[in-house]
Amino acid sequence: MKVNVKIKRFNPEADKRPYWAEYSLEVRETDRVLDVINQIKWEMDGSLSYRRSCAHGICGSDAMLINGVNRLACKILVRDLGEVINIEPIRGLPVLKDLIVDMEPFFDSYKAVLPFFINEDPEPPTERYQSAEDREIFDASTKCILCACCTTSCPVFWTNGRYIGPAAIVNAHRFIFDSRDQGADERLQILNQSNGLWRCRTAYNCTEACPRDIPITKAIEEVKRELLWRRA
Amino acid sequence: MSRAHKYDVIVVGAGGAGLMAARYAAQNPKVSVAVISKLYPTRSHTGAAQGGVGAALGNVSEDYPEWHAFDTIKGGDYLTDQDVAEMFAYDVIESVIELEHMGLPFSRTPEGKIAQRKFGGHTREFGKSAVERACYAADRTGHMILQTLYQQSIKDNVTFFNEFHVLDILLIGGECRGVIAYELATGEIHTFQAKSTIVASGGNGRMFKITSNAHALTGDLQSVVYRRGIPIEDPEFYQFHPTGLYKIGVLLTEGARGEGGILRNKDGERFMERYAPTIKDLAPRDMVSRSMYLEIREGRGAGPDSDYILLDLTHIDAHIIEERLPDITEFARIYLGVDPIKEPVPIQPTAHYAMGGIPTTIDTEVIMDGQNTIIPGLYAAGEVACASLHGANRLGTNSLGDLIVFGRRAGRFASKYAESAEFADIPKDAQDFTKNLLDKALNGSGTEKVATIRKELQASMMDNASVFRTEEFLTKQIKIVKELQNRYKQIGVEDKGKQYNTELMEAIELGFLIDNAEQLVYAAENRKESRGAHSHENHKERDDANWLKHTLVYKEEKGVRIDYKPVTLGKYEPKPRVY
Ligand SMILES: Cc1cc2nc3c(=O)[nH]c(=O)nc-3n(C[C@H](O)[C@H](O)[C@H](O)COP(=O)(O)OP(=O)(O)OC[C@H]3O[C@@H](n4cnc5c(N)ncnc54)[C@H](O)[C@@H]3O)c2cc1C
Ligand code: FES
Repeated sequence: MKVNVKIKRFNPEADKRPYWAEYSLEVRETDRVLDVINQIKWEMDGSLSYRRSCAHGICGSDAMLINGVNRLACKILVRDLGEVINIEPIRGLPVLKDLIVDMEPFFDSYKAVLPFFINEDPEPPTERYQSAEDREIFDASTKCILCACCTTSCPVFWTNGRYIGPAAIVNAHRFIFDSRDQGADERLQILNQSNGLWRCRTAYNCTEACPRDIPITKAIEEVKRELLWRRA
Repeated sequence: MSRAHKYDVIVVGAGGAGLMAARYAAQNPKVSVAVISKLYPTRSHTGAAQGGVGAALGNVSEDYPEWHAFDTIKGGDYLTDQDVAEMFAYDVIESVIELEHMGLPFSRTPEGKIAQRKFGGHTREFGKSAVERACYAADRTGHMILQTLYQQSIKDNVTFFNEFHVLDILLIGGECRGVIAYELATGEIHTFQAKSTIVASGGNGRMFKITSNAHALTGDLQSVVYRRGIPIEDPEFYQFHPTGLYKIGVLLTEGARGEGGILRNKDGERFMERYAPTIKDLAPRDMVSRSMYLEIREGRGAGPDSDYILLDLTHIDAHIIEERLPDITEFARIYLGVDPIKEPVPIQPTAHYAMGGIPTTIDTEVIMDGQNTIIPGLYAAGEVACASLHGANRLGTNSLGDLIVFGRRAGRFASKYAESAEFADIPKDAQDFTKNLLDKALNGSGTEKVATIRKELQASMMDNASVFRTEEFLTKQIKIVKELQNRYKQIGVEDKGKQYNTELMEAIELGFLIDNAEQLVYAAENRKESRGAHSHENHKERDDANWLKHTLVYKEEKGVRIDYKPVTLGKYEPKPRVY
């Protein structure tokens, strides 16, 4: 089938500001949007730049704003979009070239919540035991691939780039609710700061944008409740 | 940013092997460590691994490392070095426990232990029946390993150079003194001086058309070292995983068969009963892929073109599928529009894993020849390396084990070496080779297109050098690779910019990929027997008298040269491989 693809492009070495480039090409309806972008790069314009690697929604490289919704280009098919496809870089992070944005601010927020296992007890000779039920509590938040679909779909983040954002909160959730971890207090304190958790206005954009189907808003609510509960 | 850097230990690659190596190197307070990666660490393909990591914990049923070692050796069709397999089977137990201590969220048994399931080729009592050995975190074990190791690296404050492509290694006076890298953001060339360099840059599956491998898996360092005179070991042994999604190659884990999934031909027959009566669908991958190929060749393939096989999960409890195999269920739904709970999934073999690679000792030191001559300061681990653990065919779950066991060893041995070594001088012209490489691609007036050459390479490798090989096809493929090499010299790129010139990098990666294809086809043409993943129509039997030896492929002025290295045998006499 024929598709019309519009891509918001920007080359820092040549352009003063971003512009829309249009491509019309023949594709299969089972193609991923990533396949379409590849086809444009490989056959029409080699300079088109974007990140990609795994091509099946697992590495988190290719978050883009596609027909108005944040998604992974490799996890959405042409047949789900139709003949008109508009692609822009994800919002709220500085654009470096075409669809490539500066991910450093995003990773800085992630790192701020101490996203690593904390347990100061001596290590047992075998694994630490954990019941299947306790493991289930934080299952969804272990799925995060740090693609930034959620954070860059958040209206609070658009207006305040220092807001820690849903991805960081989800990753804090992953440890706060892990029965083996001991760093919850420290993380909750960090999330309690002015650009932390309480900035969330429950817009639900994040949950809708998540390509891993993590119930993000629910996770954020759980962390909020935990914070209030521990304070009381 | 300064373009000259100096670290005691440099790690190339930030997948499971690289992060594990960095962690262990950094635990040595006397050395400085940095990781260079062309991808952000969490984008590495270790994150795609699904099924599990094999270790004889015995959490579900009785199991011992001796059984695991034997399965690995037999699975490798006796080309596995037996001392390596034995060390591995013990070490991997400790390494898995260590991952759990780092917080890795494994799935759990009812008692709260690490959950384990069955996987191809893993058996109890030396082949009696399948055993639960694969430790798993749903069907995203690799994702959890990668995340956990990256999390630890944040805790340990590891230094990263992300989106830096290593394009050359500094091999001077017989020792390694560091690497040269291209910074994608700026187009600048950096020199990294190091006492120890650990190569952990992953696989090369992108030389084939249908593959489970990421776009980034272009065998860069397999080519970089090869161009510098280091051989590649056993490249003819390339694994095709039986269950790739039809036409796109995305993997459905063997764990699906571990949970009871069945392969069927167009008549609905469970054909693996004929090929491997004891363990059936859980036979090693080379056997299953070959059996599928035979079914299709004999007209029993499913679909309008009779060219695929069906993976049937419909008899398994829907709840188990959703809980233990959520990701692959989603892949089938999204990419093929097929719901595995309701109907069988169309699949075909997909290029998956390189058993061969940069040759190393059991201690991850890179070697130069069949006499185990070490290159001081150079180490390799993970899929890029060949410590001869996997032999002629890797068992599922043994690669994640490989990453953590050999990543750890590389970190330890490399930092220990760096502790006592001195920084050696780097010649002024160290960057010239790389400058020249980039210059040719950027400023060449050529008219050949990178995408066209890559497509032809991938299609021809799939046709002539994949699951079934013949003298005729391999000879033909050698010719094709030579032609592509010549045409590659005429490539041109449109993007002449400095910043994020991804087109230029794709061009350089294609050059690497063609070298990888060269290694594979020359070695395959040369090996006149069938063993493991190397199945040769004109030489159908394994021939231990003449071919129980490792291949070493060298690139020399005059062309490709092949040499050999003995296999380390041990307790287990080579026997015919039946399951
Ligand atoms: C879909 C899939 C499922 C799998 N499932 C399993 C499983 O269940 N169990 C199992 O045991 N194995 C499995 N495997 C195999 C296993 O996952 C891989 O072999 C393993 O993860 C490779 O890890 P690695 O650290 O060697 O490389 P990778 O994780 O691929 O990392 C390579 C790193 O090197 C870097 N790099 C590459 N080239 C350069 C360069 N030129 N310069 C700088 N950096 C560079 C990359 O940026 C990356 O960080 C699976 C593989 C696939 C593809
Ligand atoms: S390319 Fe990896 S998530 Fe899309």
